[in-house]
Amino acid sequence: MAKTIIPIGPYHPLQEEPEFFILTVEGEKVVDIDVHIGYNHRGIEKLSETKTFDQSTFVIERICGICSTSHPFAYTRAVEDIIPIEVPERAKYIRTIIAEGERIHSHLLWLGLAGHFLGYDTVFMWTWKLREEILDVMEILTGNRNNYAMFKPGGVRRDIKSEDIPVVIKKIDSIVPTLEMLKKAVIDDPVIHARTKGIGVLSKEDAINYCALGPTARASGVARDVRKNSPYGAYDKVEWDMIVTHNGDVFDKLVVRVLEVFESIKIIKNCFLNLPGGEIDANIKDIPPGEGIGHIEAPRGECFHYVRSDGTNRPVRHKVRAPTFMNLPTYKATVIGEDISDATIILAAIDPCYCCTERMTVCNIKRKKIYSGKDLIKLSREKTKILRNKMGVK
Amino acid sequence: MTREEVLCDLRKKFKDDIIEVLDKSPKRVYIEIKPESIIQVASYIFKDLKARFNTASGVDTRYHMEILYHFLIEDINLLISLRVKLQKPKLEIDSLSTIFEGANWIEREIHEILGINFKGHPDLRRLLLPDDWPDGVYPLRRDYKEWDKNAIRDRGV
Repeated sequence: MAKTIIPIGPYHPLQEEPEFFILTVEGEKVVDIDVHIGYNHRGIEKLSETKTFDQSTFVIERICGICSTSHPFAYTRAVEDIIPIEVPERAKYIRTIIAEGERIHSHLLWLGLAGHFLGYDTVFMWTWKLREEILDVMEILTGNRNNYAMFKPGGVRRDIKSEDIPVVIKKIDSIVPTLEMLKKAVIDDPVIHARTKGIGVLSKEDAINYCALGPTARASGVARDVRKNSPYGAYDKVEWDMIVTHNGDVFDKLVVRVLEVFESIKIIKNCFLNLPGGEIDANIKDIPPGEGIGHIEAPRGECFHYVRSDGTNRPVRHKVRAPTFMNLPTYKATVIGEDISDATIILAAIDPCYCCTERMTVCNIKRKKIYSGKDLIKLSREKTKILRNKMGVK
Repeated sequence: MTREEVLCDLRKKFKDDIIEVLDKSPKRVYIEIKPESIIQVASYIFKDLKARFNTASGVDTRYHMEILYHFLIEDINLLISLRVKLQKPKLEIDSLSTIFEGANWIEREIHEILGINFKGHPDLRRLLLPDDWPDGVYPLRRDYKEWDKNAIRDRGV
């Protein structure tokens, strides 16, 4: 049969970031795939070498809008590894809370996008509404919805006020019932089963061979989580479970992420419960010559930073390895042999890193009514009722 | 296997290949090896010790070009960094992507930003740099000079 080449990207309405996939298909089957990246290459490693250690924290925070905690977290741990120094207990707990808040919003964002890729926009609407609550929580704790600017080598820059904690816990608790409903709806949904079960399977051997990370590896039965394997922050002081499933298809990757949201909520609440008092900063003065490695579990997998210092106030070398760098090559093991209609969701299943940082809410109070979430649901039900009556469906 | 057993084992098995072992902290070990023996040592660590390949990082120093291969043994929480020093100007080393796929992309990246040739790599095309980037210009080398007169780049000054 004749081979056809289908280009997806670099600017494609479905993808929020420029990546270029070249699919070679025979009829409906994908027989080969090639990926071109680099459209977003900004030379941040080079840029970081020209900044001081304190300035670098802010530069690398802007690598990604979604993982905006993971990169500074790994970087500050790498700098602390050079000295070496332990950060104060309270700072460790605060760091853990921020990192887990980021994981919840990132997983919800992915779940919404996955629904959108499947043409199931109800999931998209529900999850992004829930995500809004988490972003509000992050705003209360850090002052920002993204790019929190909380981290510095040696500790954190802002303390959590004790009067904020009950508000935050109440807000987090408020999303749990909707999340439970969503979990049931998504995991039992026949449409989602049909589109994702047995699709894009990454076997355990391939996951090890490709060095896959994070939920991509855990869905294939590889129990790999930096938070458990080499604990940092407060992860070894609070109770939580690592979610591992064994089929390696898109559905399992979805299940891992949904269940991890519940674990993250558990971690955050435990951290607030046991939050110790004391200092939040170790006050680092000089950084001696040497090299350090920091690695943490970002929402998409391990984020790895290597920093070398020569005793001046700037790093000589700063290597950044984001999780998608290791996860993206697994497309070769998953996409080939599948139908072309499934290619987009398989490529999206590793959760390639998208950015969203812009936001603005304008309320025009001169308008008659501002609709709340409840009103919208009511309106939508009324509309469905009218439609049903019109079409004669009971 | 405990941490001490792993290190003892590596020292005994690769007596002639290891140049120096730097035991930095309970979680970090830096081992300098000869460039010729990278395949044997790396495949032993990856396959027999069941380590995970994190990444590799290249550094241009005054006399050498260094590559560090980072491996994490998850069960005992030990990060082993294999250090390889390549004499300038002969920048060649065997490719690890023949042993495991995870090294494929990072070797492509080091190839284009530091100009190190990985022997036996199946596909050494460019990964990150743009298509109009000239050949033989490596952005992370110490002697890198701005080649594009129209470029506006942050010099950090």
